[in-house]
Amino acid sequence: MEWFESGWGLSLIVFLPLIGAGVLLAIPKANEEAQKLTALFFTGAAFVLSIILTFAFDFGQAGIQLGTQQDWIPAIDSTYHIGVDGISLPLVVLTTFITLLSLIYSWEHWPEPHNPKAFLILMLLLATGMTGTFVALDLILFFVFFEVVLLPMYFMIGIWGDRNEVTIPVFNITTQMRLYAAIKFFLFTLFGSAFMLLGFLALYFKGGRTFDMLQLAANGAEGLLGSGLAFWVFFALFLGFAVKVPMFPLHTWLPDAHTAAPTVGSVLLAAILLKLGTYAFVRIAIPILPEQSQNWAPVIGILAVIGIIYASLACLAQTDMKRLIAFSSVGHMGFVMLGIATMTPIGINAAIIGMVAHGVITGLLFFLAGSMSHRYHTREMARLGGNQQLMPIMGAILGFTAMASLGLPGLAGFWGEFMALLSAFSPAEGLSVALFRTLMVIGAVGTVLAAGYLLWMLQKVNFGEPGDEWVGHEFHDVDKWEMAAWAPMIVVTIAIGIFPRLVFGATNDSVVELVSNAFRSLG
Amino acid sequence: MTHLLTTANSLILAAESGAKELSDGGTLASWAWLIPVVPMVAAFAIVFFGKRMPYKGWDIAIAVMGFEALYGTALLLSHISKPIAHDFQVEIAMLGSMPIEWGWSVDGLSIMMYFLIGVVGFLVFLFAKGYMEGDVRYTWFFASFTLFAGGMLVLVSAPNLIQLIVGWELVGVSSWLLIGHYWEEHENSSAAIKAFLTNKVGDAGLFVGAIIISMSVGSFRFSDILHAVESGAAEAPTLSRFAFWGGLALFIGAMGKSAQFPLHVWLPDAMAGPTPVSSLMHAATMVTAGVFLVGRMYPLYLTDGFATEVRAVIVIIGGITLFLTGLIALVQDDIKRVLAYSTLSQLGYMTAAMGAGAYTAGLFHLFTHAFFKALLFLGAGSVIHSVHSNNMSDMGGLRKPMPYTYWTFVVGSLALAGIVPFAGFFSKDEILASLRYASGEFGVADGGGAVATVILALAIGGAFITAFYMARTVFLTFHGEYKGHGHPHESPRIMWVPLVALAVPSAVIGFINIPGVTEVFTKVVGGREVPVLDHHASSFDIPMLLAGLVAAGLGIYLGWRIWGPDAETQEARDSFRVDGLYPVLENKYYIDDFYMDGIVRPIRGPVARAMDWFNGYVIDFIVNGAGLLAKALGKVVYWFDQRGVDGAINASGAVTGAGGGVLRLLQTGKVQQYAVLIFAATVILVGGLVIWF
Amino acid sequence: MIVTQFVILGAALFSLGVYGVLTRRNAVLVLLSVELMLAAVNINFVAFDVFVQDRIAGGQIFALFVIAVAAAEVGIGLAIVLLIFRNRQSANVDELDLMKL
Repeated sequence: MEWFESGWGLSLIVFLPLIGAGVLLAIPKANEEAQKLTALFFTGAAFVLSIILTFAFDFGQAGIQLGTQQDWIPAIDSTYHIGVDGISLPLVVLTTFITLLSLIYSWEHWPEPHNPKAFLILMLLLATGMTGTFVALDLILFFVFFEVVLLPMYFMIGIWGDRNEVTIPVFNITTQMRLYAAIKFFLFTLFGSAFMLLGFLALYFKGGRTFDMLQLAANGAEGLLGSGLAFWVFFALFLGFAVKVPMFPLHTWLPDAHTAAPTVGSVLLAAILLKLGTYAFVRIAIPILPEQSQNWAPVIGILAVIGIIYASLACLAQTDMKRLIAFSSVGHMGFVMLGIATMTPIGINAAIIGMVAHGVITGLLFFLAGSMSHRYHTREMARLGGNQQLMPIMGAILGFTAMASLGLPGLAGFWGEFMALLSAFSPAEGLSVALFRTLMVIGAVGTVLAAGYLLWMLQKVNFGEPGDEWVGHEFHDVDKWEMAAWAPMIVVTIAIGIFPRLVFGATNDSVVELVSNAFRSLG
Repeated sequence: MTHLLTTANSLILAAESGAKELSDGGTLASWAWLIPVVPMVAAFAIVFFGKRMPYKGWDIAIAVMGFEALYGTALLLSHISKPIAHDFQVEIAMLGSMPIEWGWSVDGLSIMMYFLIGVVGFLVFLFAKGYMEGDVRYTWFFASFTLFAGGMLVLVSAPNLIQLIVGWELVGVSSWLLIGHYWEEHENSSAAIKAFLTNKVGDAGLFVGAIIISMSVGSFRFSDILHAVESGAAEAPTLSRFAFWGGLALFIGAMGKSAQFPLHVWLPDAMAGPTPVSSLMHAATMVTAGVFLVGRMYPLYLTDGFATEVRAVIVIIGGITLFLTGLIALVQDDIKRVLAYSTLSQLGYMTAAMGAGAYTAGLFHLFTHAFFKALLFLGAGSVIHSVHSNNMSDMGGLRKPMPYTYWTFVVGSLALAGIVPFAGFFSKDEILASLRYASGEFGVADGGGAVATVILALAIGGAFITAFYMARTVFLTFHGEYKGHGHPHESPRIMWVPLVALAVPSAVIGFINIPGVTEVFTKVVGGREVPVLDHHASSFDIPMLLAGLVAAGLGIYLGWRIWGPDAETQEARDSFRVDGLYPVLENKYYIDDFYMDGIVRPIRGPVARAMDWFNGYVIDFIVNGAGLLAKALGKVVYWFDQRGVDGAINASGAVTGAGGGVLRLLQTGKVQQYAVLIFAATVILVGGLVIWF
Repeated sequence: MIVTQFVILGAALFSLGVYGVLTRRNAVLVLLSVELMLAAVNINFVAFDVFVQDRIAGGQIFALFVIAVAAAEVGIGLAIVLLIFRNRQSANVDELDLMKL
């Protein structure tokens, strides 16, 4: 296992899907079975390796492990530096897990236009980008992976997306949903990335001519990055990350992208892509610019809570089920950001478990919404009533997932929400206690609204009598591929809910160390 | 307020006898984790395997509840012989330096609840088999019903705030499942949502309260929190500083679950669920959670320097609830709704008692009420099962065909009305006595004695109202002429046996806590790790006893005059209508309307739409505008590009092309011509070199 | 030793060769003229070698190399010419304007 622990294992997890994509290129387009099996093999291998990684991981040690550092672009002192710690490990496992399940789900559910080969290649490419982002410890490497994610998702939305017409308000331009959403998603993210890259460059030049995150963090904790320029550097990073999270008011790409994307696209988008932003806050913004993090924390906290309330209210106005779930993501990520904004170990722990829980739960919700709209050919909640009668198992799973999503204690979603509120009671030193306590109370009110929109969604979709238009239709309840993809997610939701150590056990030590290192000099 | 704790003559230390020799309960207590775990596991087992069982899942459920009843009884007996108070904790995660734990608490308060939930739950489950026979989702019903009981057991077994919240919400979600059991009807699922959301409003308070308290102590454990309280304000300054807000927020949570004004609106609507659900929900589980929470945190509310001021709020809320909701019960036609409002009213009594500093009295009323309210609901269920209607205007004269139901219902009604010697008499008398005590000797808050006096008056008035509407219910349902359809008949044995079994404790269980004589209950609930100091009368408070009895007697008499067999029922009923008050009561003081039209609909409608509009027309306007502006700019640039930059590029291209055209003439393909050129060039070059040097 | 005669001889031979290459139409004769040019160069090599008294006799060795390469070149050249003749029934270089295409 020597080779595995010296970075090879981690590199394999990252690049196996990419190799898989290469292999897929060689398989003739007609041979779908071989394509699926190949993709399954590579994603499965990545997942198995990430499980092995978990076992190889030393939970007693807080620092970066199982990584490697090799020369990459010596001209700009950029290295191939990867590694995991307790913060990234759960996210790596989450990524390989969700990718595998997405593949299993896709087995018999291909969006139009049917082209599994291209779709699978994009999916594998996406997997490499996502895992890579979570393990990269070099800003340039991070940036590359961060951007690699963009393109496959753009094509997924743009090619396999929703073909309904949509009219853009005010400008009265009518276009296909998928085209509008794909471009919006791409440009929005690219807009953020541009600022992020600027921020990275500023860090390089001001932070001791290195792109190494650990080195920068050490320099940052010693105050090497000054304060005048650093203020704007943080702002640039903030823009880049906040778009991805997404935080109010940079979130409007999300409902469109989620609604337009094919089912698997929405799932990956919600489950993992959004976490790239929050993860970057924890991994880059806080350790490298602790002082500025404190300056900006109130802004982040306020925007996060606005996001919670705003998204919940917007959810109440939705008639499209998928769009409602998409908006709910904004609210949930608000809780994650509130946790991060407190800059405390509890808050960041809460953020990470919130990310994992949101990944699993909202991922499942999107699967369900996708499967239902596949069967009903509509996502209008008003028309879906009585689903519980037509498809009892589907309805039951939807009910369960909605409960998990509203943060029912005993299920995974609870910990993130509750602990984020908990951390807001006593934020890090130097932050306004009064402000954060107010945010805590408002956030608690947000949980009520969250319960409201999810319950009303369930009422509209699941309960009541089925509409007349469905009389005489045969509906297939959950099929075996769906079950195979969803059952693990349900199990994980319950397992984390009952035994949060599954996540906290990994994160706690790392988070405590990260926070104490970052704020050592600030006292 | 220090004199509260020190004026000794009529105060006893409730836990005085127990506190010194608390045991850890041995094997029985250390295996008590089975109490919350078994029903949770069983609920899943019923979902997956229930349909294959001989009784379609009921058998699993009843076995579980039988186990709970037995275990609860065993613990109770063991506790009475030697007080047990011990918390067991299992760490499930570390958060910073705060552990998160599951666990189970075995002390007087939780043992009382285990017993209550187990015994009442067992009987209700027994009844439910008969009542739910032939239901569309029979197995599913028992799964969620078991989950409901399990959630409540998770709640009462909680040794820390986290687990309490978990149980709290599990109860909420399973009540949502049960109230919305017949979800084909929009009304029912709306009632379920109303219950969940109203509870969730309370839960937001609970969250905030739990966060405030646990963060200021640095631990989620009740024992740590209460020990911090015990050590005094000077030792726990942070907690002392935040105790008021924390205690208040916790009480808001309690108001949600225990349906206190103004969060009471969900409980009457919860009648949409099957009757056994109402029976368990209104008696031993769910609504008791709030009172239980206040009881669990009682030292916080009672110790100087902490949340004592909150008790003023508690007693006022309790007083308002007990009186106002009692009045509504008077005008209801639906028998279940009468009972529902009476539950609200009785919960008001418990809350008021807790606020007045009477820990034992409040919990004792919870205890006795659980028996007779379960009995009354099951009785109502039996009647509904027989006449297929909820409305009392479709009943009447059921005394003859349904003797078991009738007599047990009467016992329950007398207990609820507080007639000696039924159970409710003792517990209600204790509450009245403690309210008087609160108004006389000391203020609820400083200078709040007057408030307590008003509440006392309300409570006595409430006793009158209680007796009045129960008399009305009994007379309208069981006496007079039958007004419904078909031929009513007595329910099957599986349904009336639980009625009889509940009627016995409803009649006699009050004797376990006669002031100064048998103080079993006081000792049971006082047997806690951190002693609870309350004032518990050591003898009957004779004036209050008489006041309560007279009020109740008057109520029954008046009820008999108006609705009794001798009265001209319809006319008397009409004359009873007070024109100004009646519509107000029938519309439940317009509180529901206010919530719907003033809060819920605006938020779901205009506010939500405004947010959505903002999203589409403001933020996206900027985004799309920026995009389109960029596109327009692009056109300008493109024009420049085509005419300007490309002009230059094209020009250079044209020049190159023309040059090539000329030069291509040179290329003939004739080798010798090339050779000539090469030779000439060489000659020129060499010649040039020679000349140069 | 006077090197001038040899240089003049070389120049004359070279000029003859050039003339032949540029004017002859028959590919075989063109090749022959190339040989003449090579011979002129060889004469120059040997003459200058002797003239500068090279210790390792580089000029003479080089001349030997040139002769060897020339032989090979003629071999290949004739083979090409033969093939061209076979394909086109002509060895006339004027007609070989494939390079123009």
